[in-house]
Amino acid sequence: MADQGKGRSPARTGTGKNVPAKTKTKAKAKAKAKPDFDVDGDSDKNAVQEFLAPVAGFGVTMSTLFRPVVTEQYPFEKKGTYPRYHGRHQLNRYADGLEKCIGCELCAWVCPADAIYVESGNNTPGAQYSPGERYGKVYQINYLRCIFCALCIEACPTRALTMTNDFELAGTSRAEMIFEKETLLAPLRSGMLAAPHPMIEGTDDDDYYRNEVTGPSLDQVDWVRERRPDDETLEAAAAAAQRAAQATVGGAE
Amino acid sequence: MGLEEKLPSGFVLGKVEDLVGWVRSSSMWPVTMGLACCAIEMMAAGTPRFDLARFGMEVFRASPRQADLMIVSGRVSHKMAPVLRTVYDQMADPKWVISMGVCASSGGMFNNYAIVQGVDHILPVDIYLPGCPPRPEMLINAILELHKQVIKGGPLGAHREEINQQVEAAALRATPTHEMKGLLA
Repeated sequence: MADQGKGRSPARTGTGKNVPAKTKTKAKAKAKAKPDFDVDGDSDKNAVQEFLAPVAGFGVTMSTLFRPVVTEQYPFEKKGTYPRYHGRHQLNRYADGLEKCIGCELCAWVCPADAIYVESGNNTPGAQYSPGERYGKVYQINYLRCIFCALCIEACPTRALTMTNDFELAGTSRAEMIFEKETLLAPLRSGMLAAPHPMIEGTDDDDYYRNEVTGPSLDQVDWVRERRPDDETLEAAAAAAQRAAQATVGGAE
Repeated sequence: MGLEEKLPSGFVLGKVEDLVGWVRSSSMWPVTMGLACCAIEMMAAGTPRFDLARFGMEVFRASPRQADLMIVSGRVSHKMAPVLRTVYDQMADPKWVISMGVCASSGGMFNNYAIVQGVDHILPVDIYLPGCPPRPEMLINAILELHKQVIKGGPLGAHREEINQQVEAAALRATPTHEMKGLLA
């Protein structure tokens, strides 16, 4: 088998039979003129090339010296990920501070690694955490099971669960690697009012879902001021609600 | 062993412990323990782009006697478990373990008869690293977390054996993971 294709074996099989006789003899002649094997690989080289052959490999070294350095200085200079990288999860909020999670458990059902645990609770007039009837009371993700496949993100009907680009997750114990709802919830942006508080007057969960809520209303701010007067988000939310109310009045005029 | 064992703990040894911790953390040699796809990322961490050599640990030792860090990268089958433990036992003290990836840490999505549900059933794990597989930066981050632990330093001196025994006894008293409720199973 080794000499097949060299064109000198008279007993070639398969396609070799169809080759015209003339070509065969030519190939034979060529094979005689030149040895088949180039044992040391330098028979084509002239004297200078042969002399330099032992150090020719350093050419690669020398040319690499002048190439840009590829090393990323990771912990000191963070290059970051692509924007759609699958990192740590985040539970999002609506613009007025209500949570988007409705505790439907679809993420937990779809999870191939059984990494998500959800318990839903009922929203009551006194404690409304999300628009609609129910909210996620307990929400845990076990990062020692999660394979970051993002099927939970696809399953989420309210876009409550999304992924961030944060990947520095190493921990020292199993219990520490189970992230609770407090860790996963998106931080309140300035102008958001911390839940629980009622929905905006005259809206339902569909309005929230269509992003028609752009911030807390004065009613919500008053409700929270009455029940939790030292809430940290209250002042910023009150200012935002005030601005929004003035803008609507100005627009109406 | 020597003078350090005779001296009472806390005297002189405070600074020595710091120094020893720093020295230990600056040249950790990992033993090659690539078991699955996480090993590809572990190898990538050693390539010029990520360059583990910056932290003095570019040599992946195939000989456990010359290694002091075990990066368990990949799923551990029940058949591999005794091998893993033997390699760990052959490593010289002090030694550390990073459980790389969800399969090594808890079994990951392979919750079945073939896979050990977390390498901490057979080894004492220092750092758990999630990800499937974790990117090389995540591994470097985990290694740096371990370095922080090591720099803090373990106990040296006369009480070391006693403390180690206490730690082991506490680990034996702890609730086994298969008896814990909720997500830990």
